[in-house]
Amino acid sequence: MSESVSARRARLNAITELALARFRLFYREPGTMFWTFGFPLVLSIVLGIAFRNRDPEPVVVAVESSSAVTLARAERAREILAAADDVKVKVLPPEEANAELRTGKVSLVVVPTEGEAGYTYRFDPTRPESRLARSVTDDVLQRGEGRKDAYAPVAKIVTEPGSRYIDFLIPGLVGLGLMSTGLWGIGFSLAEMRTKKLIKRLTATPMRRSDFLLSFLLVRAVLLPIELAPLLVFSRIVFDVGVRGSVFTLALTALVGGLTFAVMGLFLACRAENPQIVSGLINVVSFPMYLCSGVFFSSSRFPDAVQPVIRYLPLTALNDALRGVMIDGASLADVAGKIGLCAVWGVVSFVLAVRLFKWR
Amino acid sequence: MHGAATEPLPEEGSATSELSIRCRGLQKTYDEEVVAVDGLDLEVRVGECFGLLGPNGAGKTTTVEILEGLLRPSGGTVEILGRRWETDERWLRERLGVSLQQTNLPDKLTVRETIKLFRSFFTEGRDVDKVIDLVALREKEHAKYDTLSGGQRQRLAVACALVGDPKLLFLDEPTTGLDPQSRRMLWDVVLAFKEQGGSVLLTTHYMDEAERLCDRVGVIDHGKMIALGTPKDLIDSLGGSQIVEVTLAASPADDDAKDALAASLADLPGVKASRFLTGRIVLTVEHLHLALPAVLGKLRERDLELANLSTHHATLEDVFVTLTGRALRE
Repeated sequence: MSESVSARRARLNAITELALARFRLFYREPGTMFWTFGFPLVLSIVLGIAFRNRDPEPVVVAVESSSAVTLARAERAREILAAADDVKVKVLPPEEANAELRTGKVSLVVVPTEGEAGYTYRFDPTRPESRLARSVTDDVLQRGEGRKDAYAPVAKIVTEPGSRYIDFLIPGLVGLGLMSTGLWGIGFSLAEMRTKKLIKRLTATPMRRSDFLLSFLLVRAVLLPIELAPLLVFSRIVFDVGVRGSVFTLALTALVGGLTFAVMGLFLACRAENPQIVSGLINVVSFPMYLCSGVFFSSSRFPDAVQPVIRYLPLTALNDALRGVMIDGASLADVAGKIGLCAVWGVVSFVLAVRLFKWR
Repeated sequence: MHGAATEPLPEEGSATSELSIRCRGLQKTYDEEVVAVDGLDLEVRVGECFGLLGPNGAGKTTTVEILEGLLRPSGGTVEILGRRWETDERWLRERLGVSLQQTNLPDKLTVRETIKLFRSFFTEGRDVDKVIDLVALREKEHAKYDTLSGGQRQRLAVACALVGDPKLLFLDEPTTGLDPQSRRMLWDVVLAFKEQGGSVLLTTHYMDEAERLCDRVGVIDHGKMIALGTPKDLIDSLGGSQIVEVTLAASPADDDAKDALAASLADLPGVKASRFLTGRIVLTVEHLHLALPAVLGKLRERDLELANLSTHHATLEDVFVTLTGRALRE
């Protein structure tokens, strides 16, 4: 009886010591500290500034004057465009106009059409700012040349919290952070341990293998709130991004997401001999999610054909759940499906990781 | 031999329980062609320090890792402390101390934290402070692993092996690459462990280490045990206690001439054996004062000019050279 108590105490001691060791290795490595805490903050500041709400940028266009014949009409176009608030215009000779279009200094070149009235627009329709420039420029020039609008539209401008880009971005950054710290933090350190033959050394002791794996997850769970709190507090204070739903639901979502990616990190590193192999694997796995799972822009922008795939990615599910809770105030029941999907990824990865783990 | 693996084997009686390690016909083949261990028999008694000697690639580490339960043998039987890895892994792990060849412990953990971590894996074990003192790392107690010298790292590795209070200690090349002082400090740790009744299996390619620490040694080459005995027995088997090495200004060109020359020296008074080895004549000699003048006389008689001559007490190194015709660390 007393022996089983002491054995249980010894086991608890082992898990604690393993977790403590992981924790110490974490905070004694300045690099990991930055990537975990500093990077999400820096990213949110940079993106927050880049996408802050401000007066819409004017579109920049060039009017090309190639000959004396067209010079007068070019000058007229310049006058019409210069009068508009949302257009910045300059007159340039053809080569210069083309060079500026190529390098993105102007979004569109207006060329007076030879021999007839009207203008030719030269632009690259795959560039959003060029398409915008075409539409704005065309509007201004047509009106300047006497077109009558069918009606005057009423514009209502939306600026309230919840619908701004930063509101969309912060939950995405939370999801991204959970993914990268889980995959990199665990995958990398496991591979490093294996390279150093430390895993082999540990298996030469009576250490329970489950305790070893468990310690990684335990440390992730403890670090999660410490990682997320600064970003959430910061975005609340600086960008006024709040949490509409319950903090408990948010915490649970983050916990499931964080552990899912931690377990995926275990899985990706379960056989890798060195950190290089693991970084390759992590990049292969995380890059598609980085792009497609709605971190920086909505995943719905991708073609319908790939939507079913994107929808079942763990980061998509996590980001959707986080946005639901933070922006729309979704309840636990609302996001349960998404959390569950995340958890399925976690459980499958865990089973595979334990099955395939190379203890040498 | 199945079934009763947890009990001492009946036919061996109490003799078996006096063995820390007992393996028979040990075999390990990698990828079905590279034979690393080729039918090795080994017995290590309780309280004994046994040294496995051999050059790099002889199969020492493979053998040790099989005995440590880290590798599965391709064939043969292994009994550690009278038990088997297949049935009693936990029981064994609690009672073994292991120091692998070239382990890197976590860089950013201190000496104390590392030992404490390893202590936590064992249900019963030694006091962390006592182990720190035992390996003389008190001054470095709070230093991180990446700031330790090679000798300190190796002592920490041994501390991690000792903290579970093992009955049997495995040390795989514990002093390779260390300076003489660090080596002696580590030897003291091993001797202290032995004094308290612990058994040790160590591998090394340093013969002085084996002579200093080991009660018995086994010389292993190409996965086979080629000699076994106390260091003294093995050295005595050379037939003479002194080794004379002669380098000629010009060695005979072909092998037959070399053999003939070596043979002509072997018959001289006091000379027990003579052979050509990597450009030198190596003589095993009983009475230096008789042998040396005779050898010099013979060489002068044959008009052979000396480039160098040296003598030393016979060591295990010479045993290995005699057995294999190769130097240990070639």
